[in-house]
Amino acid sequence: MTTYFSKDHEWVRIDGDIATVGITDYAQSQLGDVVYVELPEIGKTLAKGDEAAVVESVKAASEVFAPVSGSVEAVNGSLVDEPAKINEAAETDGWFVKLRLSDAGELTELMNEAAYKAFVETL
Amino acid sequence: MSHAPDSHSLTDTPEALLETPLAGLHRELGARMVPFAGYSMPVQYPKGILGEHLWTREKAGLFDVSHMGQAFLVGPDHATTAAALEALTPGDFRNLGLGRVRYTLLTTPQGGIIDDLMVTRSPEPAADGSLYVVVNAGRKAVDYAHLAASLPAGVELRPADDLALLALQGPLAASVMARHCPQAEGLGFMTATRAEFDGIECWISRSGYTGEDGYEISVKADKAEALARALLAEPYVAPIGLGARDSLRLEAGLCLYGHDIDEATSPAEADLGFAVPKRRRAEGGFPGADRILSEFAGGAARRRVGIRPEGRAPAREGTEIRSPSGGVIGIVTSGGFGPTVGAPIAMGYVAADYTAPGTAVTLFVRGKDLAASVVPMPFAPHRYFRKSAS
Repeated sequence: MTTYFSKDHEWVRIDGDIATVGITDYAQSQLGDVVYVELPEIGKTLAKGDEAAVVESVKAASEVFAPVSGSVEAVNGSLVDEPAKINEAAETDGWFVKLRLSDAGELTELMNEAAYKAFVETL
Repeated sequence: MSHAPDSHSLTDTPEALLETPLAGLHRELGARMVPFAGYSMPVQYPKGILGEHLWTREKAGLFDVSHMGQAFLVGPDHATTAAALEALTPGDFRNLGLGRVRYTLLTTPQGGIIDDLMVTRSPEPAADGSLYVVVNAGRKAVDYAHLAASLPAGVELRPADDLALLALQGPLAASVMARHCPQAEGLGFMTATRAEFDGIECWISRSGYTGEDGYEISVKADKAEALARALLAEPYVAPIGLGARDSLRLEAGLCLYGHDIDEATSPAEADLGFAVPKRRRAEGGFPGADRILSEFAGGAARRRVGIRPEGRAPAREGTEIRSPSGGVIGIVTSGGFGPTVGAPIAMGYVAADYTAPGTAVTLFVRGKDLAASVVPMPFAPHRYFRKSAS
């Protein structure tokens, strides 16, 4: 499995044509304690850049944008009752959605882990 | 991921931010600094807003509020200075006792609110004629210009820019203070005294803006860090940032200037009747008295209320409040998650017909109607230390 990263601080883990999407550990640390998550409906088609989810910390609401295009195959419903999972395990158990990729070519526009790390260092 | 504009910071241009005397300490403690009302201020420390909020409700939180404006109104005697302030506010200062603290409002001729502020009369007869005021950071310039232009000859505004201001808030604040400052224990809620904290001269009042028992400590800027470090060395004291300050005051049902009150809201609309005592209602004689008194007598067209969304989604500032039949009846002015309540909470203004507790309303959030109801405030009970009348 390969993991890609976006400049909007999402990670995308590819398994066949399924992309699991979450926010990075850097993103959760910037966001602070997550208290509410809104997930998309299963089957919804998302174009790259569409709002895939909403995540709210004590202080503010943020959108999670689809880093790649695809249809929603699954959502991590456990986040609704345990939004703190996003803070505790952003890059593993805190995943948001699984998308069926509609254009694998979009992955080339994302960063690998080393490039993302270097990008975060510049912030 | 993208962050929505932060609805709770009075964010100014990032250049030329001012710092408080504790800026170095905040960075040492790992604070995330953000621009707020022209200052670089700690929004949170590594503990995080949720943890800091709960710590304050359970133990004692230390807040740097040195960005707020501290000043003295100085006149020849108490009656003269009190009368000068009464000409600008609906508060009763003539009868303010020695060492007493009072919350008040500077009002506009149209009955709006220029700022909310705390006013203290010195406990020392020798200092009488002087009133100590603390105003909001973001309103300092406006307030000082207004006061300087409006005070009568003989009463002078003296900003005290050489003072820092700390707040220690929470149920353990009193026991912590007692170890450093013998004068602290004897104070009741909304009283003040000169004091020594580990030998450092300061002014303390039993007051704050979290709904908890606690103190505000005014100290010379160059002594503020020593005082803060002494408090932080206490096991039950943690530094708390502006993020938790905001969620604490929201749970306590307290207004944040520029959000819940401003020059377009009146004290009656804001449900701040306690700041307009009986004598001033009878006598009037303050800016905007015609509107404010008629609203208190006949009811304002809209009023600030508490709101509890039914689900888990917070409704932020600016959210439309609608009646069950769909018409817009008001707007959320502060909203978020209440860590002590464990659920979303909000306050906002609704039309007079919808102010009764229990009234069903809907909140329009991201294109959807969320069920909510009007509730009494505070959301978390106040735990002020009131001495029994004696």
